[in-house]
Amino acid sequence: MVQSLRKAPLYLVGLLLLVFTGYPFVYMISTSLKDQSTFFEKPFAIFTSIKLGNYADVFQMGLTRYFLNSILVSVVAVVAVMLIAALASYPLSRMKFRLNRGLFLLFISGMMLPIHATLIPIFKLSQDMGLYDSLLALIGPYIAFSLPISIFILTQFMQEIPKSLEEAAKIDGCSHFGIFWRIMLPMLTPALMTVFIYNFIHLWNEFIFALVLVSSPENMTLPLGLQDFYGEFSVNVPGLMAALSLASLPMLVVYLFSQEKVVKGLTGGAVKG
Amino acid sequence: METAEVTRRSNTARVMAGTKKRNVRKAVTIGLFTAPALIVYLVYVVYPILSTLSYSFYSWDGTSDKTFIGFDNYIQLFNDTIFWTSLTNNVWVVLTSVFVQIPLGMIMALMLFAPIRGIRLFSSVYFLPFLMSTVAIGLLWVYMFDPINGIINQLVNVLGFENVAWLSDDNTAMIAILLVVVWQFSPFYMILFKAAMVGIAEELYESAQIDGANSWQKFFHITLPLLMPTIVSSSILAIVGSLKAFDIFYIMTGGGPNHATELMGTYMFKQAFINFNMGYASAIAFIMFLIALVVTVLIQVVDYNRKKKGAF
Repeated sequence: MVQSLRKAPLYLVGLLLLVFTGYPFVYMISTSLKDQSTFFEKPFAIFTSIKLGNYADVFQMGLTRYFLNSILVSVVAVVAVMLIAALASYPLSRMKFRLNRGLFLLFISGMMLPIHATLIPIFKLSQDMGLYDSLLALIGPYIAFSLPISIFILTQFMQEIPKSLEEAAKIDGCSHFGIFWRIMLPMLTPALMTVFIYNFIHLWNEFIFALVLVSSPENMTLPLGLQDFYGEFSVNVPGLMAALSLASLPMLVVYLFSQEKVVKGLTGGAVKG
Repeated sequence: METAEVTRRSNTARVMAGTKKRNVRKAVTIGLFTAPALIVYLVYVVYPILSTLSYSFYSWDGTSDKTFIGFDNYIQLFNDTIFWTSLTNNVWVVLTSVFVQIPLGMIMALMLFAPIRGIRLFSSVYFLPFLMSTVAIGLLWVYMFDPINGIINQLVNVLGFENVAWLSDDNTAMIAILLVVVWQFSPFYMILFKAAMVGIAEELYESAQIDGANSWQKFFHITLPLLMPTIVSSSILAIVGSLKAFDIFYIMTGGGPNHATELMGTYMFKQAFINFNMGYASAIAFIMFLIALVVTVLIQVVDYNRKKKGAF
């Protein structure tokens, strides 16, 4: 009894934090299940009304299109980044040459870069290349801004792979490309997984490039589409909450199924091991 | 004798040619491996930064011809009170990140090791905010802060105060958004601290226990000093991240009311893509780049000296 009383403050802090972090999700989901009149009568009642009408509305308003666009752009960019960054990380981590250090620093310094410093020229560039207002306009910047962290993670990982393996392969007459493709890439799988998760989540949520490079609704990604909904839905709070819930759902599901991988992936650049 | 000399020379030449050939081949290999990354990076990162610098010396609306005006944009910028407001606001974001988010993240991580039930549930829920997209977070909290139907004002009423127009009042808008920023990012620092805490050897606590230390003493004499490297690296991430803040402010207030929540990022965006002052916006953008650069170099130097002294 005394023991559990002494733990009371701990439970209190734990629960306060639980409400602070968790309540907005409860509010979002329970509001999305109300119709508008129920919402105005009882805005804070939790899960007293379960109506799926808002979700149907949201799909009709084109949320599917935003989803598909986001998936397409994120997957294409992330897969390209994984390949390109792995290729670049190989000489950066396993070969000695004069420019090695400088090149590495050039790449990873991109991590501190404010995107705003590149915004206007990339906007002009995509216009000049005829890519403005297309999903293709996003791929280039997305790859470029995912490279620094990816190269950082992959070179760290590659440095720890024992040299003896590739020496044996070299004696057997394997070229550098052969070593990379047959020995390095298979061993990189866990690091590539981290790179995939980290970049996918960041690109899935990316906003500012989409805001600047895309303008027509059919090319919008999910974050941009949500912002567009906000304009149309401003009085229909439950409708907007349904859209927000749907947009958050994929990440929550992935997280619930593989918490550890997601946590490790999301902190990839910061937590080693 | 003469022939021997000739053979030796030609041997050296052959060896040299061999090394040269090998060097060329090595350079080609390195080139091929790095070329894709380097090309993308040069086109979308290096070239744009240099262009931003060059645009910043022009008066330009983005479509018609540019007019060279030297440092005029920068002079105007230094006399622009809105720019100084936005810079100050950026500093507020940095301070909140370092002095609110990081301690809160540490408390959350400590909670995960507390001897209470339901830890698994706590740790799963605590992390949720970090998974949500910033745009969704911003929109959700706009309604939480709603002056009439928002839960925050409901809470304020329960405590016996009048409704507050959180996001449309100059005095409260910044505080409201900073609270959301804390909500979004504390879980990230929680994870960093959790990883560091797992690495602290149990024996240290056991021997402190034998010496009769209480929980506070254990925290201040064992946990906190051993978390120092994590605190430093978290602060670096927080500072660099805060200088880039944009999404949540753009979504929730767009920098308003009366520039009360203006950041360098939102101000630059408005100047560039709403007012079409591309030259002026480029000057703001380049200053953002310079600040990030100076801060990064400064942090590296301080960190290097700290490590050299073997401080932690």
